[in-house]
Amino acid sequence: MSRVANGYVDYRVSVAFVGTVLKFLAVAPLFPLVLAFYYGESPVPFIATSAVMVALGFGLEQLRGDGDLGNREAFLLVSLSWLVVPLVGTVPYLVAGTGTVGALTVAGFVNALFESMSGFTTTGATVLGTISVDTHGHAMLMWRQLSQWLGGMGILVLMVAILPELSVGGAQVMNQEAPGLSIEKLTPRIQETARALWGIYAAFTVAAAAVYFVIGAVGIAPEMDLYNAVAHALTTMPTGGFSPQGRSIEAFAPAIQWAVMPFMVVAGTNFALFWYVLDGQPGRLTKNTEFRAYLLAIAGFGVVLSALLLAGLGIATAPENVATIPGNLENSLRQGLFQVIAIVTTTGYASMDFNTWHPAAQTVLLFAFFLGGSAGSAAGSIKVVRWVVVSKSMSRSLFTSIHPEAVEPVRMGREAVDESTIRDVFVFVMIFLTLFAVSTVLLYLDSLRTGLELTPLEAMSVAIATLGNIGPGFGIVGPMNNFLPFSPAAKLYMVFLMWIGRLEILSVLVILTPSFWRR
Amino acid sequence: MRVVIVGAGEVGSTIAESLAGSHDVVVVDVDTERVESLTYSLDVLPVEGDGTDVDTLAEADVGDADMLIASTDDDETNIVTCGAAKVLGDAFTIARTKSPKYLKAWERAQGAFGVDFMVCTDLLTAEAIVGLAGLPTAQDVDTFADGLVQMTEFEIPAESPVAGQTVAEADRFDSLTFVGIIRGDEVIVPQGTTELRGGDDVVAIGSPESMRLFSSSIAPEEQGPEDVVIVGGGEIGFQTARLLEERGFTPRLVEQDEDRARWLAEHLPNTTVLNSDATDQDLLERENVGLADVVVAALENDQQNLLGTLLAKRMGADRAIAVVDTGNFTELFEAVGIDVAVSPRKVTAEEITRFTRARRAENVAIIEGDQAEVLEFEVDADSILVDRPIRESAVDFPESVVIGAITRDGEFVTPRGDTVVREGDHVVVFTETDVLETVTEQL
Repeated sequence: MSRVANGYVDYRVSVAFVGTVLKFLAVAPLFPLVLAFYYGESPVPFIATSAVMVALGFGLEQLRGDGDLGNREAFLLVSLSWLVVPLVGTVPYLVAGTGTVGALTVAGFVNALFESMSGFTTTGATVLGTISVDTHGHAMLMWRQLSQWLGGMGILVLMVAILPELSVGGAQVMNQEAPGLSIEKLTPRIQETARALWGIYAAFTVAAAAVYFVIGAVGIAPEMDLYNAVAHALTTMPTGGFSPQGRSIEAFAPAIQWAVMPFMVVAGTNFALFWYVLDGQPGRLTKNTEFRAYLLAIAGFGVVLSALLLAGLGIATAPENVATIPGNLENSLRQGLFQVIAIVTTTGYASMDFNTWHPAAQTVLLFAFFLGGSAGSAAGSIKVVRWVVVSKSMSRSLFTSIHPEAVEPVRMGREAVDESTIRDVFVFVMIFLTLFAVSTVLLYLDSLRTGLELTPLEAMSVAIATLGNIGPGFGIVGPMNNFLPFSPAAKLYMVFLMWIGRLEILSVLVILTPSFWRR
Repeated sequence: MRVVIVGAGEVGSTIAESLAGSHDVVVVDVDTERVESLTYSLDVLPVEGDGTDVDTLAEADVGDADMLIASTDDDETNIVTCGAAKVLGDAFTIARTKSPKYLKAWERAQGAFGVDFMVCTDLLTAEAIVGLAGLPTAQDVDTFADGLVQMTEFEIPAESPVAGQTVAEADRFDSLTFVGIIRGDEVIVPQGTTELRGGDDVVAIGSPESMRLFSSSIAPEEQGPEDVVIVGGGEIGFQTARLLEERGFTPRLVEQDEDRARWLAEHLPNTTVLNSDATDQDLLERENVGLADVVVAALENDQQNLLGTLLAKRMGADRAIAVVDTGNFTELFEAVGIDVAVSPRKVTAEEITRFTRARRAENVAIIEGDQAEVLEFEVDADSILVDRPIRESAVDFPESVVIGAITRDGEFVTPRGDTVVREGDHVVVFTETDVLETVTEQL
């Protein structure tokens, strides 16, 4: 490896691949571009984005030497891509001056970057003051939706699916990008696996759009037109949470709210399991330990919150725009379940403003922030599989304290989990929680500095909502509010949290260690 | 019959010994000393060489042999030997394997690897252990007719309520037949009036369910075992634990080697694997092995098994089952207080023996001390049994032969005097060794 630039990491290979990624992504803005023409809105932001992507892409590609995409280069490629793509993704916002982005100021750029990073990482936190197609235009809001859809299954998984040259490093790349313990290779060729995952993802998106549209078209939910159906399908499946509606899913009839729930659940499920179902092995989905724990967690939290709402204990102030909840079983169940699913799957939609909830109910919901969906899904946060491993190894510790000689592997289903994997899980959970705690403190301190009024619960929710790629929190960052009031410094820090959270922390931390660059 | 035996280890030489009397036996082994000692100890033709080598097999004249038994300690060698033998002629090939993984493949396509019959020693031993573990006072258990019929040899304890009863009194179970009583060296064919005594071994044939019922009538104070401890996590220990798990037990398994213990724990989800020395008394006490219903010792060698089971017995374990490799030790073990000694070589020999008979029995069980055998036959048109009630045909075969069970189209049929046997039926017969030849011809 002596021929490479710095000796041990051939960063040029990674950077050149980032160029390739950008080049291919230049197709993406064409979709909002078509909408811009259809709705008679300005096409400039999207033409500009495409142009920047192509130009930068070809530029970076010139760096390509004859180096191979090794393990370290794969790490670097993933982290860099998830930095560069959201950076380029700011172009439409900057060009159009969307929302409060305003002119080319530092604060404006930070806002654009926040929105773009929140999009690609499927966080769903926003700095747009008021969200409406009237102010921002159909095309611009669709770009926001599209950025989540691209980020959901993973930009690089998409690249592995498309580019034959990623057949060698592809597995490492996907391993770094896909959430969970490790990727499951479904087919002998990694490219086929990537295609299968993206295929399933796309198919579910089409299904979601069709279901939303049909419910709207038959008149049950007249607000749901084709534009909204597509826009929401694009952010349901990646567990994103952006909505062209200022009041999220509250803007739609209960039928839509019910219809969104199963799709969110699907989006938070390991996509590999659907592949097995298509392969004629439905048992691998229904008997999967994580899937069962995931459903159980949703049901558990859902029942508790629905009960609180039904009894009226969960409501502090009567919410606007929502029918009376206490005493109404359907409404309580719907609101309780919807919020739980939206948070557990880290989608971040809301069917009502849970700022109106009693702090007790909010605290219950805060716990759900830490669950996350399944490994291998589009969800963020810690992931159910890690909690399962943690709880099983805890009960193992209890067992082995009575039987010191007992050899008890931690099992997922019938499969024993590697001891080194268990260690990695504990390390991850510890780092995640530490980062959450530190971030809470930092954001809290910054709010003091800028005179932003924040309660501890709200500060915590800001940290976990961004680190866990969830989106909304409580109080000023509630589901119907936004992150605009934060200082540019705090927003930049949150951009960092979203970035590191999407890549499950370690992938990013690795490239920040000196030993990554040395032997 | 001309038989070539490859591998003159413990198993091979035992088989050679039992066959040498009535067949032409050639023994192949790589070890010069073993070959030399065989020359003098057995009336067989020894050939020195590698059994997987076609030249060696040709030298042993496998091409003209009727049967080849590959019984080295190495699974792969045995399988390749059978494959090589098939190249030279069409001897019936029997491969002995330890690991059941080859058996799995072979069962899918019998005749795979050029092996006509595969004997999986460790699996058979484990099956025997599991059968014994489930039946208090059982000394030997064998299954016939795809598990529909079970042969069990029970020891009647002196304090048992059954001791002193006549056969007619004791046999209250429909699908169970007493076929033989072994009293000392004598084999008694039970009549209704025969009295059962403490210390007798009763051989019963019937449905597995009736065996359990009879077992609890012999020892009513013994509940069905729940707590089983296995010491030794070799292939036998592993298979025993696996089979127990299949039957709903949650056994404990003690294994000394750390990596092996981990492997076992991963493959046995319902077993508690303990990584320790099986003779560590502190461990045995801490784990309350004394409270166990059954302790199975399946360690590396006989001495360890003896020590392990004796320790467990001393601490209060109800029943101890030990694996004994050296055939002669079986009685010794039982004499010092081990309840049952299971010999892997005996179970292997039972399997192989049935192919060396003039007419092939479907299954064979050898009763302790080789005094009697239980055989399973498929009734063909020439049998003296066919289309006659048993009462009539019984006159024509020796007195010391008892028909214990019949299966017809996968159903269990209790043989009574007026039962008419049909062609295609499977009969499970108890017979004294003396009249074996006559019986196999007649039935």
